[in-house]
Amino acid sequence: MEKAIKPEYILRLFVTGATPNSVRAITNIKSICEEHVRGKYLLEIIDLYSHQEMAELQQVVAVPMLVKIRPLPSQKLIGDMSDNKKVLEALGLTV
Amino acid sequence: MSNRTKKGLSALDNRTLKKTLTGITGLDEITEGGLPAGRPTLVCGGTGCGKTLLSLEFLVKGATLYNEPGVFMAFEEKAAELTTNVASLGFDLEKLQKSKMIKLDYVHIDRSEVEETGEYDLGGLFIRLGHAIDSIGAKRVVLDTIENIFSGLNNQGILRAEIRRLFQWLKDKKVTTIITGEQGNETLTRHGLEEYVSDCVILLDHRIKNQISTRILRIVKYRGSIHGTNEYPFLIDADGISVLPITSIRLDSKVSSKRVPTGIRALDTMLGGEGFFRGSSILVSGTAGTGKTSLAAYFVNEACNRGERCIFFAFEESPYQIIRNMKSIGIDMEDHVKNGLLHFHASRPYLYGLEMQLVEIHKIIQKVKPTTIVLDPITNLANAGSVSEVKSMLIRLIDFLQGKGVTVMFTALTLSTGTSEQTDEGVSSIVDAWLLLRDIESNGERNRGIYIMKSRGMRHSNQVREFLIRDTGLDLVDVYLGPEGVLFGSARETQQLSEAAVVAVRTNDSSRRNREIGRKQKVLASKIETLQEEFESAKEELSRASTEEELRKDIFEKDRQTISKKRSEANKQVKPGNKR
Repeated sequence: MEKAIKPEYILRLFVTGATPNSVRAITNIKSICEEHVRGKYLLEIIDLYSHQEMAELQQVVAVPMLVKIRPLPSQKLIGDMSDNKKVLEALGLTV
Repeated sequence: MSNRTKKGLSALDNRTLKKTLTGITGLDEITEGGLPAGRPTLVCGGTGCGKTLLSLEFLVKGATLYNEPGVFMAFEEKAAELTTNVASLGFDLEKLQKSKMIKLDYVHIDRSEVEETGEYDLGGLFIRLGHAIDSIGAKRVVLDTIENIFSGLNNQGILRAEIRRLFQWLKDKKVTTIITGEQGNETLTRHGLEEYVSDCVILLDHRIKNQISTRILRIVKYRGSIHGTNEYPFLIDADGISVLPITSIRLDSKVSSKRVPTGIRALDTMLGGEGFFRGSSILVSGTAGTGKTSLAAYFVNEACNRGERCIFFAFEESPYQIIRNMKSIGIDMEDHVKNGLLHFHASRPYLYGLEMQLVEIHKIIQKVKPTTIVLDPITNLANAGSVSEVKSMLIRLIDFLQGKGVTVMFTALTLSTGTSEQTDEGVSSIVDAWLLLRDIESNGERNRGIYIMKSRGMRHSNQVREFLIRDTGLDLVDVYLGPEGVLFGSARETQQLSEAAVVAVRTNDSSRRNREIGRKQKVLASKIETLQEEFESAKEELSRASTEEELRKDIFEKDRQTISKKRSEANKQVKPGNKR
């Protein structure tokens, strides 16, 4: 990943350990990013079990939750990211 | 065999529900010990019914009274807003948060900000809550109002399953939880949370009647526990929530046979010489201006003079007004107020509903701990409720006061219908003693009469007395009972004067007769004296005569002797010569 350049897309995914939803969400978002914004994104995956205080700080309720930090406006997505179309729309990647 | 029974018993002990004290005034009494420990309780009700406050007080009291930290998870209000809102109730959330006794977490969900993209769960919420609980070692948790999640997220199926899982998880965590829920149209909560919380459900309500609001609490269900099933009014004021477990089911309060003087000696005399029983309830009824307030003030003043604490609940006049007015009949209540013996509590009855009024009275009584209270007048309470409501309120008040051994005097205004002696409130049957003050109009003036209609458990006069309000104080005088009937006021005075006149005339007559006798006696005495004197003089005359006679006799005898002597001498001389 080209960490040197400022990535266009900054995404943060909150998961809860290795639940089926978590695993699916990680797989799904990774494949979407690879397909549409390869090389232009930064995906941070946070396991809430090891960062419990993050849940309150980041207003996490439903998981998995994906936060699009950049580009603005910031956007929250919940679910296992299986609804491809919705994810793309929310990320501003309409085909 | 005995071993087996023992085992059975201990198993039973384990099965009986453990409870957590809420620390909320009255609620622990109704629930007989608080909420089910380690289990969720649902508190539901409409908007503004006090759910949030009740649940927050549960946490604050837990932290301050029972040393049990608590987590408050707010789905509605932000933490800062919450802190400000409850500061007016004397809950210092900031301090409690700093000392790690309370943790506030505001959960924000907005449907417009979140896109749902497939399967999810509420794992984030679980972690958040778990973290909050573990970070302060919480024993109590409040979720206020978790149903808001339903408006933030779409997938109802997931939410229901997750909430069910959450409640189970909370049970496993052994935290005592309050979950609040907004009341639905036909159901207790909009999203049927009551299905998941099967242990304890408390319903709060907020009713408006005659433009007066009353808050009501009812325990809909409490599995495995005895609990009060009635609707209990509750009050939210500067000290938080007070629920009133009003009706004492049993009539078993202890009674005193000690007596308290009324402050009017003549009235004590009418009551067998000693006054009312301590802890009894006394009704003073009468038409306007018959002196009910004065009588009540006298009663209270007398108690204060004995050094007892009293409360005067004034529903009509302000304390200053009462103090000023009572100075005109010779009692100064101001000193008692300054000494802290006399407490005035003046309010317009329609300020609160009846139940609120009752809760308020309870609170003040519990704070001041008086021996005597006055409610002046109860008639005004009817403005805030129907007659039957006032009656039931007063019955409960009397029950409460009897339990505390507080003597209470009610005054009630009766309308002069002429025949009916019944008070509007219909309380004359429930009080222990009833004084009736009555206007008696005759000869163009009004006078006050006082009757003792009843006085349980003591000999009392059946006579009407005239009730006098003078500059120097209150007094009772016997009315005139005579051939001309019962007379009051100036008629009585006139009668008394004319009687005095008759007596005077009679006295005059007899004294004249006495004087006549005296005179006659004197005349006769003088006559007797004259006769005596006459007799004396006669006697004297007679004795003088007899003395003279004696004297003469003596002299005569002497003379005769002398003569005869002389003669014999002469004879001797003559014999020789015989010629002279």
